[in-house]
Amino acid sequence: MAATLPPPRLLPSGDSAVTVEFSRTIDDEANQRVLALDKALTAAPIDGITETVPTYRSLLVHYDPGKIGFDALGQKILPIAIRPLPPVTKARRWRIPVAYGGEHGIDLEDVAKALGTTPDDIVARHVGGDYKVAMIGFTPGWSYLSGLDKSLHMSRRQSPRLLTPAGTISIGGIQAGIQCLAAPSGWHLLGRTPVRTYQLHRDPTFLTEPGDRVTFFAIDHKMFEEMDRAAEAGEIIAEQVVS
Amino acid sequence: MSRLVVASIGPASSVQDGGRLGAQRYGLTVSGAMDRLSLAAANTLVGNEPLAAAVEIGPFGASFTARDGAVRVAISGAPRNADVAGNPVAMDASVTLKDGETLTLGFARGGAFTYLAIEGAIKGEPVFGSLAVNARAGLGSPYPRPLQAGDEFNVDAASGAPELRIELPKPANGPIRVLLGPQDDEFDEANKALFLDSEWRISATSDRMGYRLDGPAIKHLHGHNIVSDGTVNGSIQVPGNGAPIALMMDRGTSGGYPKIATVITADIGRLAQTSAGTAFRYKAVSMAEAQDEARNFAQLIRSLPDRLRSSDTVALNIEALSDANVAGYAVSAVDAGTWQVAAEP
Repeated sequence: MAATLPPPRLLPSGDSAVTVEFSRTIDDEANQRVLALDKALTAAPIDGITETVPTYRSLLVHYDPGKIGFDALGQKILPIAIRPLPPVTKARRWRIPVAYGGEHGIDLEDVAKALGTTPDDIVARHVGGDYKVAMIGFTPGWSYLSGLDKSLHMSRRQSPRLLTPAGTISIGGIQAGIQCLAAPSGWHLLGRTPVRTYQLHRDPTFLTEPGDRVTFFAIDHKMFEEMDRAAEAGEIIAEQVVS
Repeated sequence: MSRLVVASIGPASSVQDGGRLGAQRYGLTVSGAMDRLSLAAANTLVGNEPLAAAVEIGPFGASFTARDGAVRVAISGAPRNADVAGNPVAMDASVTLKDGETLTLGFARGGAFTYLAIEGAIKGEPVFGSLAVNARAGLGSPYPRPLQAGDEFNVDAASGAPELRIELPKPANGPIRVLLGPQDDEFDEANKALFLDSEWRISATSDRMGYRLDGPAIKHLHGHNIVSDGTVNGSIQVPGNGAPIALMMDRGTSGGYPKIATVITADIGRLAQTSAGTAFRYKAVSMAEAQDEARNFAQLIRSLPDRLRSSDTVALNIEALSDANVAGYAVSAVDAGTWQVAAEP
């Protein structure tokens, strides 16, 4: 793949972390580079790095300044960060059940009205998407997805809700999301999934990883209740496929 | 085994330790003690690892009762009046509670958080290597929530070791030091100067997630939305209303507001202990200075055992004496610039 991005910028995030920024905007190549750098630093760790946090467009690298300084770390990271992207390998794919509309997706009808179409059409476009987990952040398990159908891009709500339910499936701007815990949100709520992307005492505790692929399928509200009980008991109800 | 029972406790009190590392990539934040040095001092006094789990006590009072045997504890952090059965207990010192005795702590007389370490440390089931309470995620052990009266800890019986005090360096009195960035280029020179040259006060709505700062509105160069990226302890983000928020230990792992600066590691505890309403300033430092200070801070925590003294000499410690004995003492021994002294209720 031809590199179209300028070299990354190394931005100090205090004395114990550096933001390796590939782009200021949401950009698929930047996200691929973030995930590739993250993978490379996991495969061949640099002494002093304590934790890495991939986001849409940058990799946040936490480190111990008692082991390595900012300049020395930057000199080690940069050559890895500008390596050509490795060939695309098989990604893990999750099929996530969603109960759309009604009490589980209170914004579905408003979204349909705003976009001049029907709720069923919105569901079809959302289910039709092929998504990638670009990052996980904000609260445990909140998976930010790229790949939302362009016709569903719309600005966030004027006033964010102080609390939205666990399992909320929503869209905001050009992003789609799987939310695990109840949290404040300014996104439009299309539905809910019984899948827990984060569940304590389950193995694995976290279901999704940055780079995973995601597709959705619709379930009715009765099925939601059944699957929700199974999930609560610790079952991994999301279907995993390797593609 | 003895038990230490929480007889009374105010809000914003929870079990905290060195924090939960390694799961920020899944959106799980670090949590951990707001004032790491005071946590480490309290733990060192009772022979624990410096960042072992202890009770982080918020600004209000608290009391703890030993049951089924004696319990040895130590307190450090925001100064308070403390006593056991009417006998004053000094800050930065250990004390053994006999079976049935109660340690009573007053309101913080400056700062916010006081750490109560228990000999043998608090025991529980770690998640990602930590017992720290993260109430939003329902994590923490033995209680995954703020503490309540009636909670209790199963703890080691007191060893009978001689009581100790610890001589901590006088808290620095200067501005809170920051490194500019990562998004200081989202602000023009005038607004960066406004941030660095203004007096700030911590808003009363602050919590373990973030400290809201009251002062002049900081304007963005290109608007307040950036594509969400990673945060650290001490990230100072500027939302749309221009009032900066210093992100603390329960922060979201990512955020979509430009971050003008980051508090240096060595000063995060000082910021955490700055009382709401107290005026303070920021000062920009170089990466070299910030990293030197981070290494010095780590070295200070490692060297705490060298600062232990026998409690026999406590009578010579004027600061400890005034902390312990003078109720309503209007002027604190700590620096008013960063550790405001509040009137005892």
